[in-house]
Amino acid sequence: MSARDRILAKLKATAPESAGDLPDVSSWYADHRTQESTADKAKRFRHFIELAHAEVYSVSRGGWLQKLYEVLSAKQIDKLLVAPGTVHGARAQSDLPPLGIACPGYDTPIENWKPAMFNDTPAGFTAARGAIAETGTLILWPNADEPRLMSLVPPVHIVLLDAANIYNTFHEAMQTEGWKDGLPTNSLLISGPSKTADIQQTLAYGAHGPKELVVLMIEENV
Amino acid sequence: MNAPQTPHALHFMPSAGFRARAKDVVENPFLRQSFRGAMDFLMSKRAAQFPDPEELESLRRLGERIRQYNLAKLPDLLVQLENNLTRNGIQVHWAETPEEANAIILGICQKHSAKLMVKGKSMVSEEIELNHAAEAAGIGALESDMGEYIVQLAQEKPSHIIMPAIHKTKEQIAKLFHENVPGVDYTDNVDALIQIGRNVLRQKFLEADIGLSGVNFAVAETGTLCLVENEGNGRMCTTAPPVHIAITGIEKIVEKLEHVPPLLSLLTRSATGQNISTYFNMISSPRKPGEKDGPGEVHLVLLDNGRSQAYADEQLRKTLQCIRCGACMNHCPVYTRIGGHAYGTTYPGPIGKIISPHMLGLEATANMATASSLCGACGEVCPVKIPIPELLIRLREESFTAPHANPAMRGQGAGHNARTSAIWRAWSAIYSSPALYRTASWLASRFRWLTPRKQAGWTSVRTPLQPASKRLRDLIKERP
Repeated sequence: MSARDRILAKLKATAPESAGDLPDVSSWYADHRTQESTADKAKRFRHFIELAHAEVYSVSRGGWLQKLYEVLSAKQIDKLLVAPGTVHGARAQSDLPPLGIACPGYDTPIENWKPAMFNDTPAGFTAARGAIAETGTLILWPNADEPRLMSLVPPVHIVLLDAANIYNTFHEAMQTEGWKDGLPTNSLLISGPSKTADIQQTLAYGAHGPKELVVLMIEENV
Repeated sequence: MNAPQTPHALHFMPSAGFRARAKDVVENPFLRQSFRGAMDFLMSKRAAQFPDPEELESLRRLGERIRQYNLAKLPDLLVQLENNLTRNGIQVHWAETPEEANAIILGICQKHSAKLMVKGKSMVSEEIELNHAAEAAGIGALESDMGEYIVQLAQEKPSHIIMPAIHKTKEQIAKLFHENVPGVDYTDNVDALIQIGRNVLRQKFLEADIGLSGVNFAVAETGTLCLVENEGNGRMCTTAPPVHIAITGIEKIVEKLEHVPPLLSLLTRSATGQNISTYFNMISSPRKPGEKDGPGEVHLVLLDNGRSQAYADEQLRKTLQCIRCGACMNHCPVYTRIGGHAYGTTYPGPIGKIISPHMLGLEATANMATASSLCGACGEVCPVKIPIPELLIRLREESFTAPHANPAMRGQGAGHNARTSAIWRAWSAIYSSPALYRTASWLASRFRWLTPRKQAGWTSVRTPLQPASKRLRDLIKERP
C-alpha cells in the first residue's frame, strides 16, 4: 500500500458519517455586509489601501496617461516595464518614450532576461481586473500578455484600476465573476506595497516586493 | 548588562526538559520583556479589528462550521483536490512521516540538480526539519521571510508561528547582520536592516533552482493553493524559480472556493490585526504554454505526521480545525512568560500543546498540557472555536492515566506515575465521602506538625503549606 492509500484508509475508517449541510457563506455576507454605490465603494477602497501606504490618484478615462507621466516624473523614474499586448501597455509604450520615459515591453520569457528584471527595472505598469472595497484590495489576474513578475519585482508598481469594477467584498467578487469555474494560473489580491513587521514589530515597507504601490483609479466624475 | 543570548538556540531541540527551559526564560528579564511587549501589541491590534462582538461571534461560528464541514469530508476532499490539481498540471505527493516528506522534496531537488532552494514561510517545513535534511543532502535551503531569515542566520528556530523572530531585539539583529552578512556595517535602524535582507535575498530569488512554500488553504473544487503573506517573498518563491514545491498538512483543505473569504478574514484579523494581508496568492497551475514566467513545474506534498491520529477521535479532531493564526499564543499568559522556544516543539503555545502530542507522541510531550492555568483565553479568541482548554484536559488524562488497551493516542499513559496516581485516588475518595473527609481533616489538623518543609514544586518559590490548627467546622462550632 502506498502512503496515499494508507492515509486515505485511516481517514476513511474514522470519518464522521455525515458532514451536515454545506455552510451558508452567502447569507452571512448578506446579513453582515452592505451593498454600496460605485462612488462609496471607490471611497472605501481608497481609504483602506491608503491606510496600507498605497498612493491613489483619481483620473478620468482619458487622463490616466498624463497622471502616469506625472507620477513617474515626480519619482524621477525614466524607465517603465509595460505589457505591449494590452491596450494600456501599448498606449504607454507609444506615448511615454517621446516624453523621455523608456518603456521596454515584457515580450519574452523571463529566462531570457531575469537579471535585468531583478537589477534594472525600476517600475512596472499593469492593470487591475477589479478591486475590493471592504479591505482596500486590488484584484490582479496576470496572464501571457501581462505576466506575474511585473507586479512583484520592480520596486515601484503602478496599477490602472477602473472604479466601475470595485466589489463590496472578496466573496462578492468571486461569486459575481464565477471564479470557481475557471481560475487562471495565478490570481492575486494586493492590498498595499510589500511590508514586514518582523523586526521588533516595527513596520517597514519594501520587504521583498514593491516598495511603492501607485493606483490610478478611473472614475466617471473626474 | 548586555542582553544574554537566547538560551536553547539548538537545532533538533528535544521536547523533554520543558520545565527546565521554561524556568530559564522566566528568569530572563530581556526575553520576558520582548514577549510581553509583542503580545500586548498583537492583542491590541486584533481587538481593533473586531469592534463588533456580534460580527466576531457570528464569523467565528461560520469559520468553525466551515472547518468542521470540510474535516468531516476530508478523505473525499483530498481525492477531489488531488484530481483537480493533477488535471491542472500540479503534481501531488503523499507523505505519512517527516522522513517521507523530506525524501520527496529532496528527490525533486536532485532531479533538477538543484543547488539552492529559497523558502517562503512554512511551519510544516519546520515540522519536518527540511533545512537540515537539505543541508545533509548538499542542497542550500534559505529562508526568505525576514523573520525566518533572521532566525536561520542565528541558527535558531522560530519562537512564534507568525512572527518567528519575535524574541529578538533590533540590536541583536543588527549585530547578527553585521557579523554574518559580508560588507554590512552595524546599524539598528529597522528600515536599513530590512533593506539589507532585501538586497541579499533578491539575489537569491534570482539564482534559486527551487522555490518552497507552505499552503494556507487548498481548494478542492478548483485545485488551487492559497498563500497569505505581507512581504512578497512567498510570491517570489512561487513565481521566480523554475520549480515550485508546496507542502501542507492534510487538514488544510476546503471544498469550495467561497469557503476562503471568511477564513481569510478570520486569519489575518486574528493573527496580526490586519483587515487583509498585503498579498493573497492563488496558484492553480504551472506555467502554461505562451506564459512568460512562473514555474514550469509545481508540486504539492500532503503530510500526515500524526494528523490522522487526531482525526480518528471526535474530540481530538477539533485540533485540526486550526488555521494557524497564532492568536491563542498571543493571548496565552503562559506563552507570554516562557516564549516559544521553551516548548521545544515546532508549534509553541496553546495550539502547540494540543497538536504536538499527535506529531511527537505523548512520550515526548506529556508535560506540555500541564503548562496551562486553564484560564480559557485561547479558546475564547480562537477564530474557529477550537475548545483548547477542553482538549488540554483531555490530553492530561491521556498522559497521566495508567496505560490501557486501544489508546486514542501514541504514548498514552507516558506521564503515568503509580505514586502520584495513588495520591490522587486517595484525594478523590476523601473528597467524595463526608465521613472520610471528616476523619481526614481531623487527622490533618492534629498532625499538622508533620507537614514536610519541602513540598515538591510548591516550595521552590512559595512558603510551605500547612493545614490549619482548627478546621472550618470546628471554628463554626465555637461560634457563640
